[in-house]
Amino acid sequence: MTTHPDPALRETPGALPADPAEPRTAAVVQQAGPADDWTPGVDTVPRAAGTPDELQPYAELGLRDDEYERIRHILDRRPTQSELAMYSIMWSEHCSYKSSKVHLRQFGEKAPPSDRLLAGIGENAGVVQVSDELAVTFKVESHNHPSFVEPYQGAATGVGGIVRDILAMGARPVAVMDPLRFGAADHPDTARVLPGVVAGVGGYGNCLGLPNIGGEVVFDPCYQGNPLVNALCLGVLPVDRLQKKEAAGPGNVVVLMGAKTGRDGIGGVSVLASATFDEGSEQRRPSVQVGDPFTEKLLIEACLELYDAELVVGIQDLGGAGLTCALTETAAAAGTGMRVWLERVPLREPSMEPHEILASESQERMLLVVAPDKLDAVLKTAEKWGVLATAIGEVTPPAPDGQPGRLLITWRDQVVVDVPPGSLVDDGPVYARPMREPADLILLQADRAETLPRPSNPEALRETVLRMIASPNLADKTWVTEQYDRYVLGNTVLAQPEDSGVIRIDERTGLGVALSVDGNGRYARLDPYHGTKLALAEAYRNVAVTGAKPIAVTNCLNFGSPEDPGVMWQFAEAVRGLADGCLELGIPVTGGNVSFYNQTNAAAIHPTPVVGVLGVLDNVADRVPMGFVPRAGGDHDQLFLLGETHVELSGSEWAWVTHEHLGGIPPQVDLGRERQLAELLAAAARVGHLSSAHDLSDGGLAQSLVESCLRRGVGARVAVPEHFAGGSMPFVFLFSESAGRALVSVPRGHEKAFTALCAEHGVPWEFIGVTDPASGALEVHDQFRIGLDELRAAHTATLPRLFGDAAAVSAAEATGDAPAEAADAAVAPDAAVEAAVPPVSEPVAADEPETATDAAPADAAAADAPAEAGSAAADAPAEAAAAAPASDAPGVPTDGPEAASGPAQAGPAGSATAADDPDEQAPAADQR
Amino acid sequence: MTARIGVVTFPGSLDDGDAARAVRIAGAEPVRLWHGDPQLHGVDAVVLPGGFSYGDYLRCGAIARFAPVMETIVDAARGGLPVLGICNGFQILCEAHLLPGALTRNQHLHFRNRDQILRIEAVGTAWTNAFQPGQEVLIPVKNGEGCYVADPATLDRLEAEGRVVARYLGGNPNGSQRDIAAITNEAGNVVGIMPHPEHAVEALTGPSLDGLGFFTSVLKHLVGAPA
Repeated sequence: MTTHPDPALRETPGALPADPAEPRTAAVVQQAGPADDWTPGVDTVPRAAGTPDELQPYAELGLRDDEYERIRHILDRRPTQSELAMYSIMWSEHCSYKSSKVHLRQFGEKAPPSDRLLAGIGENAGVVQVSDELAVTFKVESHNHPSFVEPYQGAATGVGGIVRDILAMGARPVAVMDPLRFGAADHPDTARVLPGVVAGVGGYGNCLGLPNIGGEVVFDPCYQGNPLVNALCLGVLPVDRLQKKEAAGPGNVVVLMGAKTGRDGIGGVSVLASATFDEGSEQRRPSVQVGDPFTEKLLIEACLELYDAELVVGIQDLGGAGLTCALTETAAAAGTGMRVWLERVPLREPSMEPHEILASESQERMLLVVAPDKLDAVLKTAEKWGVLATAIGEVTPPAPDGQPGRLLITWRDQVVVDVPPGSLVDDGPVYARPMREPADLILLQADRAETLPRPSNPEALRETVLRMIASPNLADKTWVTEQYDRYVLGNTVLAQPEDSGVIRIDERTGLGVALSVDGNGRYARLDPYHGTKLALAEAYRNVAVTGAKPIAVTNCLNFGSPEDPGVMWQFAEAVRGLADGCLELGIPVTGGNVSFYNQTNAAAIHPTPVVGVLGVLDNVADRVPMGFVPRAGGDHDQLFLLGETHVELSGSEWAWVTHEHLGGIPPQVDLGRERQLAELLAAAARVGHLSSAHDLSDGGLAQSLVESCLRRGVGARVAVPEHFAGGSMPFVFLFSESAGRALVSVPRGHEKAFTALCAEHGVPWEFIGVTDPASGALEVHDQFRIGLDELRAAHTATLPRLFGDAAAVSAAEATGDAPAEAADAAVAPDAAVEAAVPPVSEPVAADEPETATDAAPADAAAADAPAEAGSAAADAPAEAAAAAPASDAPGVPTDGPEAASGPAQAGPAGSATAADDPDEQAPAADQR
Repeated sequence: MTARIGVVTFPGSLDDGDAARAVRIAGAEPVRLWHGDPQLHGVDAVVLPGGFSYGDYLRCGAIARFAPVMETIVDAARGGLPVLGICNGFQILCEAHLLPGALTRNQHLHFRNRDQILRIEAVGTAWTNAFQPGQEVLIPVKNGEGCYVADPATLDRLEAEGRVVARYLGGNPNGSQRDIAAITNEAGNVVGIMPHPEHAVEALTGPSLDGLGFFTSVLKHLVGAPA
């Protein structure tokens, strides 16, 4: 043992492979360890070879006996402490996909042919070409466990991590989305987790300058101890700027760029992501990383400048598993070796030991491989952006016999790691874990929601509508989304609450992409195979309703413990469903992430595959929004329901909200039909047949009608088709969750051409009513009439009531007049939806603000301001007919422009039985 | 001849590209200025864009105020150069003492992004002369620290001198005193505004085109102003 007064700055003796360029550091301070920085007893390779019997804590690090033996076999000795740390991380579920690999292969095997795919599964993120010059890359990842332990930082670094994945592909990140799932909305711990997660997502994304364009907020008791925080990022790159991760070219310099390395996140992967929560969870806080979005912003700008100047040979982000993962993956990908001087890594805490440096998950770091003659230029660019960049090693050649090179890491002249990098990346264990259909599934599936008592009179139906739109999962999410910047970068064409986020990626041509992420844990619980297809179908449909053509899929598979055969069966079924579904739709999976161990003690979450679909719009000006359009002079659009409605209530939001029921089998899914619907919508959007289009999913037609009305404050009158008349059938019409459906409004004069187009595409259609800009209400003929004010009050009050009514605070403080806020609610199109309306009681909101109304832009909410909420209600009857547009327009909803409806069958398709098992869910790991 | 309008990029600036786009749409030539370069490259006006300069881990704008480019801008502004500070830019102008008061944490403590109605109350400034007095406009607001505060005397003076450029209508999004959304200096060449006019310049991406008026105003001002 020797002591080094200033080890970090010491010249490295030449005993080992050549010292590359002097350790150099751009910007900021040069790292210099303090004098007391001496680490006694570093476990070196020679020491490991000489002490074969020393006991090692492999079990504590999550390695099994056979895995540890395998490491000893690979190295032909016991691993050093650093090596053991590296193997434990790289062979963890999170990094190795050891339980999921055998299933995930299907994504490749069943992939439909695509000539758009420039990079696919196995890369940091899939890259899809969208024009001759441009490509996009997108991926969704989980950050579930950290977000439960420390909501703000967990969520923030989740955003940061996925952004770096996108950046590593050579793309400029241009948007983010966040599918979030929490425990029961009124559970006390949800009030801790949700505000923290939302603030973390916003705090990081806003500061990074990325618009947040959509996502989900879902509540279910199954997520109580395991919230799901998934994050998606979209990036854009010129086709020829695609970056590689290979550490190619022996002699090239390995540069670490970005933040200093600290003790944060050590063991995050192995300890957090691959273990089940128990009572000790609160002690794991040090395992959560801390984010610094400002540094990440600089890192983005610096990387993009390096790409454009063609200064890097390879690049990899540092995420879970930190330096260990980046070093081994880049070397293994190229088949080269690498020589790293670990003491050159700039440290935040000088007392860190080698294994800690290798395992640290400090954020905002990238690993670059740079040709020696470009090093100066790279360091200069880093300096310009104020980012630390340090040469820490060099690429070494493969062995003379053609075998891949070795990763050799020294710490102050002592060899602490000497391993074949591929053994960590590619030779990890792979398990075909036992699978078994959960024993309770049969019973669960037999308990159908179709047998539950349903509302069967107008009063009950009216009450159900108001109750459903106020339920936490269906309620307005403005409380969450207004904490996110959706405008930055100036290319956001559509954002939440629209069905998809739409981003313009080429200002010159108007080329853009639409993105949606969806999942439904209840459906997947009842039938993981079809439930996953339903998630795919919904995301696909959400993209399609904007008029975009869906072209690629990403996914985040959130499940319980893979060691539970029931969970493993769910996982296998979900993967099979997604792979089959993508094949049927003809769009490839380009990448994704697996999150296992979302489980607290024995209780797993519902299996929750979250599916993201990306579509292309040749011109974003053609995009179709979800809101009904205000028309001057009493003009109306005609409303059509596309697709078929069956009696499908099992797994529905209604069954859950009104009966706390989960059972039966989920709605049928026919991806052929989804594809026809998508093609119809794209064709109709292109020729201007659509004023609005809105997907039908959770909450059925009623939810879609309300959302389309409230978006821009335009009322509607709807008639229940004849075949849904009587008893509880109007309820089924409004609340069934049959898949493959959309609600569209068609401008007058277009209806014949539109229905002809429907026929051409084989899509069933039904004329169900008209928009009514002047009425200020949603009316369902012979059933109920609800003023938009009342709808809005019910829809928007829930989240502020649960999580704090911020609007009330500011209004109270403001010197302006009190009604100001109410006005706000009634007015501006977007603002309206967002304003948090005061609790309920006072019918305040809508009526007064004349001033506000005329201030709003032309199409603002003129319609709902009117006020006559109550008074108008009475004369409703006559109106349905009277209101119908003149001439050839249908008189009453039951028959459409020409006759009645297309296919129209209402037959109860619901089906019955079976069961499934209830609980599995747990935290996750990432695929890649 | 086309007016040249500088848009400053600080580390952490986010809406600089959007401000440049707005300048272009208004018919002027955007010129990118770098925080570390004290030269203004002969621009006719300057926009300090939104974002989180230097991370805003300290008081917002407190570090940006000391950037080399700001020294030049402060001098030039005192000499009459039109300067518009948007959001973080407004915060920087306050920190640089070109405008009075300060912007503090939103009263409700959340970041808030919404489409906001404003009433333009001062149309004599370099950046608002294209509006009608009392005109109501719809412009996105998005900030975490946009609550305008000043001592009562300062507020009274701003009101008395007609230097409250815009006020929030239909709900105050951040708790700003007297609903103040934008103010100007005595000369009317420096304006700070919390909402983001650069996000309301295209029908496709904004809630209105009302933001364009701020950028066309300065062009009008420059035509009328003695070179």
